[in-house]
Amino acid sequence: MITRDTRRRALSATMTGLSVASVLVALVPLAFVLFFVVSQGVQALNVEFFTETPRPVGEAGGGMGNAIVGTLILCGLGALVAIPIGILSGVFVVEYPQARLAPLVRFAADTLNGVPSIVIGVFVYAIAVLPFGRFSAMAGGIALGVMMIPIITRTTEELLRLVPRSLREGAPALGATRGRAVMTVVLPAALPGIVTGIMLALARIAGETAPLLFTAFGNRFWSTDLTQPIGALTVQVYAYAISPYADWHRQAWAGALVLVTIILICSLLARLATRRLERMHRR
Amino acid sequence: MTGQRLRASDRIFGLLTGAPALLLVLIVLAIGVVLWRESQLSIAAFGFGFWSSSDWDPVAGAFGAFPFIWGTLYSSVLALLIAAPVSIGIAVFLSDICPHRLRPPLIFLTELLAAIPSIVYGLWGIFVLVPLVRTIQESLPEAVRALPLFSGPPVGVSLLAASLVLAVMVIPYTSSMAREVLRAVPGAQRAAAYALGSTRWEATQVALRYARTGIIGAVMLGFGRAIGETMAVTMVIGNNPQASWSLFAPQYTMAAVLANEFKEAVETLHLHALVEIGLVLFVITLAVNGLSRLLIWRMTTTRPRRAPRRQAAREAA
Repeated sequence: MITRDTRRRALSATMTGLSVASVLVALVPLAFVLFFVVSQGVQALNVEFFTETPRPVGEAGGGMGNAIVGTLILCGLGALVAIPIGILSGVFVVEYPQARLAPLVRFAADTLNGVPSIVIGVFVYAIAVLPFGRFSAMAGGIALGVMMIPIITRTTEELLRLVPRSLREGAPALGATRGRAVMTVVLPAALPGIVTGIMLALARIAGETAPLLFTAFGNRFWSTDLTQPIGALTVQVYAYAISPYADWHRQAWAGALVLVTIILICSLLARLATRRLERMHRR
Repeated sequence: MTGQRLRASDRIFGLLTGAPALLLVLIVLAIGVVLWRESQLSIAAFGFGFWSSSDWDPVAGAFGAFPFIWGTLYSSVLALLIAAPVSIGIAVFLSDICPHRLRPPLIFLTELLAAIPSIVYGLWGIFVLVPLVRTIQESLPEAVRALPLFSGPPVGVSLLAASLVLAVMVIPYTSSMAREVLRAVPGAQRAAAYALGSTRWEATQVALRYARTGIIGAVMLGFGRAIGETMAVTMVIGNNPQASWSLFAPQYTMAAVLANEFKEAVETLHLHALVEIGLVLFVITLAVNGLSRLLIWRMTTTRPRRAPRRQAAREAA
């Protein structure tokens, strides 16, 4: 006979099983995606891929060297825009919590973080492409920068709050101005964490395509001119993926592999650094 | 240093940090203002009819955005129907069931799902998922394929493919937020349930019920992500501006039409119509994210839940 207790226990076991199953459901696509990226990507990867520019249709070979450099330049520009604004606004929110602007800044950071990247692309197109009449690396950098700012602001804020009170109050007690206290004591204490946050933000924007489509635009040739359209790994992968040519498809997989590798290295480094930080704080 | 100089230095520091902070606020405002300004022509020409008309033909000058908002909402709702139970399952597993040693690597792996770029999901979608969807559709019995929900020629690129990719992409966000919310449930809730002889599932139910506001918030956060997702969806949804109930029909989303047509839009009216789609996308994600944050914030900050309600009852009496 099935008692009520047996039924309850069976239900509990079933639910535990379903919970385990849902973890597997999430991990299967992850394995699936990584497997395809690695197995397909490796086949098309060679030295040429890193040193050559794309070849015209029908000509075998070629690579994405210019796009890889382009991605690095765009990420660098993005960081240049976002790091000062992001860190200083993070400092502001923590140092002036009573200011009327502070809650607005946090709200703005959260909002900006949720804005779809394609919308940021449209916005930057209107402010940095239309007025100059051409797509440019600069516009692409601004778009990526706008996406990075809220991430850096929030990490800076969180990490500054972790700095012990004794440190935070010690400097002003010794007569330092607020600026000096922040710059020489509080920020350095939080710096490793902030650097981690920046790495994570870079890892995220390196994989962005949508905001670059009509800002940096993409370029099939070598270019380091910031006022000209520039190639990006993601944009090139997109162009190749939706093309009808098998050779381009293979290169798209190779591009995806390079992209995922860059991103994983960035996030792994960041994660290792965070773990060390957490251990330090626990002590 | 004299008091005066100290104050002056303090003010300079306030300006130095306050100016970028203000800039951040201005950027968000500017996004709204610029999108509004650049869509004026379309707003003036079509009004609200823009969103109910289904006729999108830039060459003929016809701009009706209903298929896009339909595709965006349909694909996102479907994605969340798939992702929400899975995400809650993951959150429950990680917070209530998982052995301690297994937790960090599992959290890392779920977060890895979020680290993979949209374009890579799209590439995988085109070459792996889309053929898979086509096979599934072809293997369905004729009677099922006659239903409006499954009708259409087997092309593979479809709303279903988009929803599946979206589901995978939002799981890391929704599950990590749900985990956070479950962690905010006071230990006493579960402890009390166990003390009354609950099974594990019954204790989890107590926690889930306590956290329901936050869980809804977590699901909405995923919804906000899904609505704005561009590349992966553009690559697998088929980009066909025709609203349909069919899961296998190629459709279109707001983000996808921006990705496809924005840089080729020569006519000013076409451009403004696209920017209007961007504006509405911006407003919708703003509302969804705002509501989601509000729900999560209410859940994680208000501990004594009964007290205010009792007070309200007293006031009513």
